[in-house]
Amino acid sequence: MKHPITEHIGREFISLSESLGGAALMFKSVVFWFFRSKFELKETIKQCVTIGVDSFTVTALTSFFTGMVLALQMGQSMKNLFNEPMFIGTMVAFSLLKELGPVLTSIVVAGRAGAVVTAEIGTMKVTEQIDALYTLGTNPTRYLLVPRYIAFLIMLPLLTVFADFIGVAGGCIVGMVKLGVPSAVYFDDIFTYLDTSDFLHGFIKTYFFAFMIATVSCYKGLNTKGGAEGVGKATTEAVVVSMVLVMVLDYFISALLVAVGL
Amino acid sequence: MIEIKNLNKAFGEKRILKDINVEIRDGELFSVIGPSGIGKSTFIKCLIRLLRPESGQILVDGVDIGSTSNEFTLAKVRRSFGYLFQEGALFDSLTVLENVAFGLRYLTDVPKSDYPRIVKEKLALVGLKDVEHLKPSELSVGMKKRVSLARSVAAEPKYMLYDEPTTGLDPVTTGMVKDLITDMRAKLKITSVVVTHDLSLALELSSRVAMLYGGEFVEVSEPAKFRQSENKGVREFMEISNLSRTGPDKDCK
Ligand SMILES: Nc1ncnc2c1ncn2[C@@H]1O[C@H](COP(=O)(O)OP(=O)(O)OP(=O)(O)O)[C@@H](O)[C@H]1O
Ligand SMILES: [Mg+2]
Repeated sequence: MKHPITEHIGREFISLSESLGGAALMFKSVVFWFFRSKFELKETIKQCVTIGVDSFTVTALTSFFTGMVLALQMGQSMKNLFNEPMFIGTMVAFSLLKELGPVLTSIVVAGRAGAVVTAEIGTMKVTEQIDALYTLGTNPTRYLLVPRYIAFLIMLPLLTVFADFIGVAGGCIVGMVKLGVPSAVYFDDIFTYLDTSDFLHGFIKTYFFAFMIATVSCYKGLNTKGGAEGVGKATTEAVVVSMVLVMVLDYFISALLVAVGL
Repeated sequence: MIEIKNLNKAFGEKRILKDINVEIRDGELFSVIGPSGIGKSTFIKCLIRLLRPESGQILVDGVDIGSTSNEFTLAKVRRSFGYLFQEGALFDSLTVLENVAFGLRYLTDVPKSDYPRIVKEKLALVGLKDVEHLKPSELSVGMKKRVSLARSVAAEPKYMLYDEPTTGLDPVTTGMVKDLITDMRAKLKITSVVVTHDLSLALELSSRVAMLYGGEFVEVSEPAKFRQSENKGVREFMEISNLSRTGPDKDCK
């Protein structure tokens, strides 16, 4: 029986399966060429700069204010409950290191750097520059994808560590200025109740996010069709898909890490 | 030698190439002419598998790349080809120097210190100088095309595929490009396939001319015989191109 709705669902399902298969093949080829090609030092450094350095300001601002608002809200709740702002440092650092640092940074990077990657590769695709790579003795995987994967895998975890620090600092400032919690107490709360595994929990997740963002952005770029309009469409799709997947992956990887005791 | 057997290519429902059979001999200059949108670019893209044909064999020196999905085989075969893209396809993020030297880096063992000299030589062949440090966005359309030509021939491949080498160029540079194509063949024994609208160019340079029409090669012959062709498509194309049965009209050259 053909029905517009079932047909639509069916078609969406087929295209999703196709994308997943295509992305898997692309990933396979990245792994294949990673071990077999000359290291593209120049291109890799360039990508680290685009992906990492250019996202730094936005990441810093985001996490700074997140740290501040966390401290503010926690402090207020604690005051209401216990008449005293207790454990602010613990709670700010806990939320930031385990969840908000990695997740917010990944979302910023997906929106900032992921979009750049998709738009650049997409433009190369529609102007036949991707084809040109094949005719000049290399291929898009070696020349474009491998350096971008490396850059995402180096820069996203680094940015997250920065974001953690900056967010904790933001919380500290609000604690001192608005809640009257001295910085010594704030940091004491952090170091007493948090250990390395809490940091690792968030840090490990960023590698999964980096893989995912690189895969989505590169795949969408390489499969761009239809001129400048197509590039715009591919870029938007890549950003939306990456952002949603950050949230989805976050739950499952957290569950996995909790299960193994991190 | 490139042997093409029963090549079929379609985009969706639209069949562009229908059962093409032709062989391109070593050392020859094979031109493909035909009206716009008929499938000339599609044809040469199939030759190095930038497009995957629906069916058929493409034997490059005996290796069939028509349907293989082995990346190594494809990469190996593609190394013996140079390809001039219709729209140039220069890398936007690289300078002219880096663009032209690109193939040298991946296809040859030429030491890096020689790149500037070779690039300068190749650019001179297409009538350009002092543009090495410019980005493609700073070039005119015709300049881009010529830089792209320099890039595609820089590594001196065994086969050259030119997609519209002279479109958009002025008469002087057109002459230079013609000389370049002829020299590449004469001095380096490069086998060439030239796709063009320009019938006079095809008749002047080629060892054989093929007319693509309705998905098939309706005529494949030496320039002299091609002029005499009785095929309706060929006749129409010649009339539109303003060439008489006896040879190129001097006015339109
Ligand atoms: N990627 C594609 N998807 C769908 N149709 C395509 C695609 N590329 C080309 N076509 C169609 O195939 C036909 C042949 O295109 P092709 O580019 O080979 O023509 P051409 O002979 O090179 O024309 P021109 O001389 O204008 O360059 C055209 O009708 C075009 O609409
Ligand atoms: Mg064309």
